[in-house]
Amino acid sequence: MADWATDFDHTTDQWAADAPGIWERLRTTCPVAHSDRFGGTWLPTRHADVAAIAHDTDHFTSNSVIVADYRPDVPAPMGFAPPITSDPPFHEFARRLLLPAFSPKAIAVLEEPTRAFCSALIEELLESGPEVDAATGYAQHIPVRVIAHLLGVPPEDGDRFRRFIHRILERPGQAGPVDPSDMLTTYLEGVVADHRRSPRDDLVSYLIDLEIDGVSLSDQHVIGTIALLLIAGIDTTWSAIGASLWHLAQHPEDRARLVAEPEVMTFAVEEFLRLYAPVTMARIVARDTEIGGCPVAEGDWVLLPFPAANRDPEAFEDPERFVVDRERNRHAAFGLGIHRCLGSNLARLELRVAVEEWLRRVPDFELSDPDAVRWSTGQVRGPRSLPVRVLS
Amino acid sequence: MVRIVFDRAACVGHNRCYLLAPALFDVDDEGYAVPLVEGELPAELEAAARLAADNCPEFAITIEGGDA
Repeated sequence: MADWATDFDHTTDQWAADAPGIWERLRTTCPVAHSDRFGGTWLPTRHADVAAIAHDTDHFTSNSVIVADYRPDVPAPMGFAPPITSDPPFHEFARRLLLPAFSPKAIAVLEEPTRAFCSALIEELLESGPEVDAATGYAQHIPVRVIAHLLGVPPEDGDRFRRFIHRILERPGQAGPVDPSDMLTTYLEGVVADHRRSPRDDLVSYLIDLEIDGVSLSDQHVIGTIALLLIAGIDTTWSAIGASLWHLAQHPEDRARLVAEPEVMTFAVEEFLRLYAPVTMARIVARDTEIGGCPVAEGDWVLLPFPAANRDPEAFEDPERFVVDRERNRHAAFGLGIHRCLGSNLARLELRVAVEEWLRRVPDFELSDPDAVRWSTGQVRGPRSLPVRVLS
Repeated sequence: MVRIVFDRAACVGHNRCYLLAPALFDVDDEGYAVPLVEGELPAELEAAARLAADNCPEFAITIEGGDA
């Protein structure tokens, strides 16, 4: 068995099978774990340490947010995918260009199309019989469709997006040689060229047309931001939807409560996000400092496991328990500090609508093969295979 | 007297207050909270204010006075 305190590897199946258990054991035995892998990586598991790092942009750079064997090739303060890979002060400039498109009021108009899409997906899925995969047959398709609509890229490119994302997030640096024509940046260069030829009312055209003091954004900035919106919005959201359905499949009392009292959903969504937060971010130490008393050196990787922070008993009462109507819930599923997930309102909307529509059509269901449930490796955690049996 | 205090500098736009206590918080075009009530809280909004405070990940909302 691996020694998670001194030699962890979050990209292995062994990690994926038991990440919450590993976090809990580390928090009580070695709250700031270390591994020599990836050139040196730290793993804090206490809420206080995760929060302190997320709020400290002086000592920790966001130049790369995915721990891998290679180092970022687009320098700070912009990084490859602004604003998530950007540091102050450039970060605020890049983020403010996007904030209005993702405000709760701007996002609200997507509720009805998302609901119609979820509902149609379920009907189609159930035609194949009462045993279905709720992850690959349902959850996976929802954010792809919504993001494609928002960005203005063809929804039938969904399989390509998922391939890019899998390479980047689940097996960083392990994919081997990739045909350049099948690379995310090559694909996005095509998307941008197409929008330059025929502009339309979507986020890609918005970014291309933007002028700040008469100057357009650089191609690197435009392509990096589109890459961010594509990568960040898909695996994360289907992970949250899948994990929520995994929970509900095993908890008839929570299903019954949500069906009987739909107003509890506001709290349930945040509790799903707390207990099954999909996203672990990362930083690179910019200047020697310490994490919870543990010295860390410039250039070290630091994982920021928001899901582990969300299970810290110092920050949450009875943290390992799912409380469908939890009233005190300062969860950090969308991060903390200036990099708070830009798409949080969209993700929350998709999660709520996806669960509501599922329960409306499938109020009663169970795992058909619990051993076949497989959780993803890497920094985005969710079920990648979720066989369920529809009971009513 | 129960008062609500909002720390604008701490708000990063999680929008939890706007969802849970829309009578107390609106959001601006960039998604940052805009307090609709500042200082003394009407009694009927106390519960909503505590809910907003208890769910702000950045501890940007504080309730002063009262029993909790």
